[in-house]
Amino acid sequence: MKTLTKDPLNLIIAGVGGQGNVMISLLIGKAFVRQGYFVTIGETYGASQRSGSVMSHLRISRESQYSPFIPNGRADIILGMEPVETLRILQQFGNSDVITITNSRLVYAVGMEYPSLDKVAEAIKGLSARLWLIDATDEAAKLGDPVFANMILIGTLIGSGILPLDKESLERILRESVPKEKLDANMLAFNKGMELANRG
Amino acid sequence: MAGIGIDAPGTTELLIGNEAIARGALEAGIGFAAAYPGTPSTEIMESLASVAKKMNFYAEWSVNEKVALESAAGASFAGIRAIAAMKQNGVSVASDFLANIVMSGIGAGLVLVCCDDPSAISSSNEQDTRNIAKWLDIPLLEPGTFQEAKDMTKWAFDLAEELDTICIIRSVTRIAHARGNVKLGELPRKEHKAHFDNICPVAPTLTKFIPYPSAWLHQQLHVKLDKAREVFESSPFNWYTGPEEAELLIITCGSCWLYSLEAVKTLNLENKVGILKLGTIWPLPQKLIEKHLSKSPKILVVEEIDPFLEGSIKEMIADLPPASPHPTFYGKHSGHINAYGELNPNMVIGATARIMDITYESRPAEYSKKAAEIPFTYMPLRIMTFCPGCPHRATFWAIKNALRLDGRDGFVTGDIGCYSMAIGPAGFFQERTMYCMGAGAGVANGLGKLAQFGFNQPVLAVCGDSTFFHATIPALINGVYNHSNFTLVILDNSATAMTGFQPHPGTGITAMGETTRVVDIEDLCHSLGVQVDVCDPFDLENATATLLKMIAENGGPRVVIMRRECELVRARREKKPLYKVHVDPDKCLGEACGCNRLCTSAFSCPGLIWDKDAGKAKIDEVICAGCGICADICPQEAIIKEAV
Repeated sequence: MKTLTKDPLNLIIAGVGGQGNVMISLLIGKAFVRQGYFVTIGETYGASQRSGSVMSHLRISRESQYSPFIPNGRADIILGMEPVETLRILQQFGNSDVITITNSRLVYAVGMEYPSLDKVAEAIKGLSARLWLIDATDEAAKLGDPVFANMILIGTLIGSGILPLDKESLERILRESVPKEKLDANMLAFNKGMELANRG
Repeated sequence: MAGIGIDAPGTTELLIGNEAIARGALEAGIGFAAAYPGTPSTEIMESLASVAKKMNFYAEWSVNEKVALESAAGASFAGIRAIAAMKQNGVSVASDFLANIVMSGIGAGLVLVCCDDPSAISSSNEQDTRNIAKWLDIPLLEPGTFQEAKDMTKWAFDLAEELDTICIIRSVTRIAHARGNVKLGELPRKEHKAHFDNICPVAPTLTKFIPYPSAWLHQQLHVKLDKAREVFESSPFNWYTGPEEAELLIITCGSCWLYSLEAVKTLNLENKVGILKLGTIWPLPQKLIEKHLSKSPKILVVEEIDPFLEGSIKEMIADLPPASPHPTFYGKHSGHINAYGELNPNMVIGATARIMDITYESRPAEYSKKAAEIPFTYMPLRIMTFCPGCPHRATFWAIKNALRLDGRDGFVTGDIGCYSMAIGPAGFFQERTMYCMGAGAGVANGLGKLAQFGFNQPVLAVCGDSTFFHATIPALINGVYNHSNFTLVILDNSATAMTGFQPHPGTGITAMGETTRVVDIEDLCHSLGVQVDVCDPFDLENATATLLKMIAENGGPRVVIMRRECELVRARREKKPLYKVHVDPDKCLGEACGCNRLCTSAFSCPGLIWDKDAGKAKIDEVICAGCGICADICPQEAIIKEAV
C-alpha cells in the first residue's frame, strides 16, 4: 500500500464560503481515518455562509494527533476552489515543494477590483512546484450543476496520485455521506476530475 | 452529527470537539440537555438533539442561556444527569444562577460546557471562562484533544457527583470546531427515574436546594474545592513529556498543548524542553505543579486569552518556602505570548525560539521573497456580507432610505446576529452600536429618554427573532413602562440563522423536531399595548414607508416586524430561486448612468458583479439567489427579474 510522502502531511483546502470546503475536508479526512491514520481538520468558518474566504487545514499522520493549524510555510498540498483564494494560501503557507490543484473560476469579491485570471494563474504557477489548473466550475456546469465543481476537484486530487488514497476508498465514504439519488451525479463529477488529473 | 450515537465501542470516528463533548455526555448517561445556540458551542446541542428521541433522553433549545442552565439544574435536582452548553457570552447571561447554585450543590451530575472564542472569531468579546471558575469556586476541566473532549466530559459527571457541585468543561474554538480522532466508549443502558427529594437531612424546614445560610455554605464549597484539588493531583488529564532536567519547561493547557508539542518538535528541542500539560485547570493541582517547577530554571506558560495559569502559578509560588525554586517566567507578562487573540503553532515556535535563542525559518528565504512580491491587488480581500438573497440586505436598504428621508440624523442601535453585518458595507453601515444580545433595544431605552436634553434624533433598535425572545422582551417592556421614544425593528427570518437555523419559540418546532405552540411576536407586542406593523422587506416601497411613519411617531416604543424567511432555509426547502435575474446590457448605461454603480458598489450583493470589459453590471448566475431586489433599485430598470 502507498504511504504518506511526509508525516504529518499538510493539506489546505481553500475557497469562498458556500463552495463546499467542509464537505471536501470531511470526505478526505474520513477516508484516511478508515485506514487508521490520525487526522485533524481545522476550519475557518463563522463567515462560511457569507461569501468570505474560508480554508480547511488537514493534517494527516500515522503517528499522532496534530493541531488544527498548519504552521506558516508548511503546506504540502493546496486544493483551491477559487484561484485568488489559492494564491492567498500559497503566499502564507506555500514553499518550494508545494503541489497545487486549483479551480480556474473566479468568484468576485464584493466591492473590489478583481484581477484577471491570467495574472493570478501566473502567480500561482510561480509559487507551486507542480500545478493542476482545472476548469472545475465550467466542467461541472456541463455536467448539469456548477455545485459539483468540488467533486471534480476531489477527483483531480485523487487522480493526481499524490495521496495514498484510491478511488474506491473515496467512493466508500461518498456512499455513506451523500443521499443515494445523488451518488451517481457525484461520481460522474469525481470521475471527470480524475480524467482531468491525467490530462494535467 | 450521526457519528455521536454510534453504538460501536472501540471504533474511531472523526468528530469535531463539540460532537466529542456530546458523545462524552451520552457515555455518561445524561437524561437532560439544554442550550442556547452560540458559536462555537452550537453543535453540542445540535448533535445531542439529533439522537435524543432514539436514545430516550430529553434535549431542548432554551430561550436563553440562563434558562438553559436552570432547566438542566432542575433535572439534576430530581436525580437526572444533565448538561447545559453555551458560548462564553452565554456564561455571563447564566452567571447569576451559577453564582447561586455553587452554594447549594447538586442532585445528579450537572455539567456546564462553555466554549470560549479566542480572537472573537464569531463573537464580540474574548471573555475567558476560566476566570469565572476561579471567581465562583467551580471545578473546571479543559481538553487538549478531541479524544480528551469526550473522555473529560464523561468524567466530569462523576466528578460533579463525587464533589457535589456543578463542574465546567471549558473548550475553545480550535477544539470545539476542529475535527480529530475519537475512539468511542460504551453507551450505558439504564432507565432514568426522576424524583425531587423534599427533605433536607440537616434542616427539616429547608431542602438541599436553598442556598442558606450562605456564608456557611461558602465555607463548605471551599472544602469541596480542596477535595477537587486532591483528586486533580493524580488526574490522568495532567502529564509531563520531556527530559528530567530541562532548559525550558512549557506549562500549557487546552488547544495550546498541541501547538507546544509542534513547536518543540519543529525546533528539534525534544531533549531540552519539557512540557507540562494540564487538563484540570481549577483548582490547580498544586503539588504536581510544584514538583515540575524544579525541573527547569525557565518556565514558559502557553495559554489562550488571559494569563490565568501564569497568574495562578505565580500566586502559588508566593506561598512556597524561601528555599523553593523561583524560576524565571515567560508568557503574557513578559510579552512572549499575546494576552489577547488566539494562539497558533507559529506563535509558540516564535516564543520558544526566542527564549532558547535559536533562529527559525519556516521556508526558504528565496520563496518568501517571491511570495512577498505578489501584488496586493492580486488578492482582494473578501468582506463579510449578507448571503445572496438575504432579507436583511433589503431591510437595511429600507432603513437607510427611511432615515435619510426623515432627515433628522436618525441611527440604528443593534446587537449580535446575522444583522450585525450592518456595521459594514453589507448593511450600508447602518448599525451604529453593537453589543450583546438585546442591547440594541436596551441602549435605545436610554437614548429614547433624552428629549429633555435637546435630543431629537430618531432611534431605531434592531434585533433578530431569536434575540427578541432571548433578551429583547425585558428591554421592550422597560420602554413601555418608562415611555421611551424608539422604534424596535425585529428582523424576523424565522430562524436562529447566524448559528445554523436552530428553531426558537417563534418557529413552532422544538430541538427534538416536535411541533409546539408558536409564541407569536405580534401578539406578544400587542399585549404590551405597543403599535405593531408587519412588513415584507422585499416590498421595499412599503417597508420604507412603514419605517418612515413609525420613526415620525412620538411617545413610547413601537415595533416594525420585517418578516421574510432566511433565504438559505427557503432555498433548501424549495430548491429553486424566486426569480431568474439578468441585466439587460442595452438598458444598463454603466458609468454614464449617473447612478454611481448603485447596484454593484452600494447594494453590495455578491451576486452582482461589474463587468469591467463591457463597462456594465452583470449577474453572476452561480452566486445569484434570485431574490430580485436589485431589479427594484436600478434607476434604469436594466435589471430584469422573471418569475421562475
